Amino acid sequence: MALINRPPVTPRGEEAVYFERLKHNELVYHYCDACDRVLFPLRQVCTGCASENLTLKVSSGQGSVHSFTTQYRASHPFFTDSVPYTLLLVDLEEGFRVLANLVEAVESDIAIGSAVEAVFDDSEEDLTVLRFKPATKGVNA
Amino acid sequence: MSIRGSAAIVGAAQLDTFKSPGRSPVGLMSVAVTRALADAGLTLADVDGLFTASSYYAFPTLTLAENLGIHPRHMDSTALGGCSFIAQLGHAAAAIQAGLCDVAVIAYGSTQRSDAGKLVSMAESSAYEQPYGLIHPIGAFGMVAQRHMAQYGTTSEQMAQYAVAAREWALLTDDAPYPTPLTVEEVLDSPMIVSPLHKLDCCLVTDGGAAVVLTSAERARDLRPNPVYLLGTGEAINHRNISQMPDLTATEAGRSSKRALDMAGVTLQEVDTAHVYDAFTISLLVLLEDLGFCEKGEGGAFVEGGRVAPGGQLALNTNGAGLAQVHPGMLGMFLIVEAVQQLRGDAGRRQIPDAKVSLVHGMGLTLAAHATAILSNKPHL
Repeated sequence: MALINRPPVTPRGEEAVYFERLKHNELVYHYCDACDRVLFPLRQVCTGCASENLTLKVSSGQGSVHSFTTQYRASHPFFTDSVPYTLLLVDLEEGFRVLANLVEAVESDIAIGSAVEAVFDDSEEDLTVLRFKPATKGVNA
Repeated sequence: MSIRGSAAIVGAAQLDTFKSPGRSPVGLMSVAVTRALADAGLTLADVDGLFTASSYYAFPTLTLAENLGIHPRHMDSTALGGCSFIAQLGHAAAAIQAGLCDVAVIAYGSTQRSDAGKLVSMAESSAYEQPYGLIHPIGAFGMVAQRHMAQYGTTSEQMAQYAVAAREWALLTDDAPYPTPLTVEEVLDSPMIVSPLHKLDCCLVTDGGAAVVLTSAERARDLRPNPVYLLGTGEAINHRNISQMPDLTATEAGRSSKRALDMAGVTLQEVDTAHVYDAFTISLLVLLEDLGFCEKGEGGAFVEGGRVAPGGQLALNTNGAGLAQVHPGMLGMFLIVEAVQQLRGDAGRRQIPDAKVSLVHGMGLTLAAHATAILSNKPHL
């Protein structure tokens, strides 16, 4: 039982949509039908054509490591027990990038370009946290 | 119409650049302002333009004006992180030229060291990045470094070479906070904070206050014999959150510096001293590449062999800058003050003989924002 609470995440509007879909174990992004642009984070306006009609799509969760770092210090007391922990920038195959944690592996197991897949961590009551683990499907980048 | 050469720095001051003996952030700013005004032969009554940025105060010009007891007619709280003040040089020159103010003060103050090393920041995290425990800003720079190493073969030893050079420069000041030489081995043996960055790849955590005073070039010549003219300024931005940085190893810094150099009518080869924001060894390498001091990917090789140390090819960060002299949360103001010292010929043992042109380049946040200024002791070149 953690005595220290996670720093509160306070999503608003389209941000709340993203976190709500994470609870359903879906990593979503926006797609502009008018100009074929992938948008992430979620938007109200397309950065390509200013369209306000954006389609919410669900990612396969398959991607590759764009970069990574292992932190030997915590950003907040909530994370102290996790030190050291590895953070990833992941390029999803649909063409957008997210930040998340590496799980089921350590830094030396991965490299830039390594194939990874999304994992949805439901261990906290109010927040589903996106993680990535080394890919189990044969889609090595 | 251009602001080229239209305004000049007539006063500059910095204080408590390691540990303040009991001044608050706004107190530090206020002392820096009054000392910079005294340096210019002016008083608070002359100030009608006030420029500042802060990690402490949401409304920093109001906080500072109240603390100083002044009522300026032009205010600017541009928030671009550590490069805000370099951007404000251009904003101040434009405001002076437009008649919005006559005497502009740009100021900064922080007690980050006295705050027990905690990075004070009221900056919000993106909801999309906030759940994962990334330490701002160093976690992002760890990822920049990993990518630079993988793409270009940059090594930890090369990054450490910059830290060693910065320490050498700092030893030429009278108040170096760590007054002994540094070795590459010491950098590599220092604790890993975020892979692949060691403690000594990181800037110092210090207190510090600094301010500069700008006025029209015409009035500047009446105030002092050696004004420092603002010949060019540029700005550029590329992202807010690290997960949306288009390319982790390339920035818009080159666009910012080109805007400034073009305005000044100066080439990089004519720059006598360069003052480039060094929050981390890796960020400095990326900026050196993007500013054009070396080719993309060659930043690591460029800082080897003492090339940026005293006596080297490029007079870079001549007081040791963020890695070895001062870094109170935001460095921009202190880069400007060091350039002014060089251009006045007041830089003591670290003086670059006959320095005429200085390039000051700041970044904000995680290589996200950029601002460049070209300063000179000549009104035109």
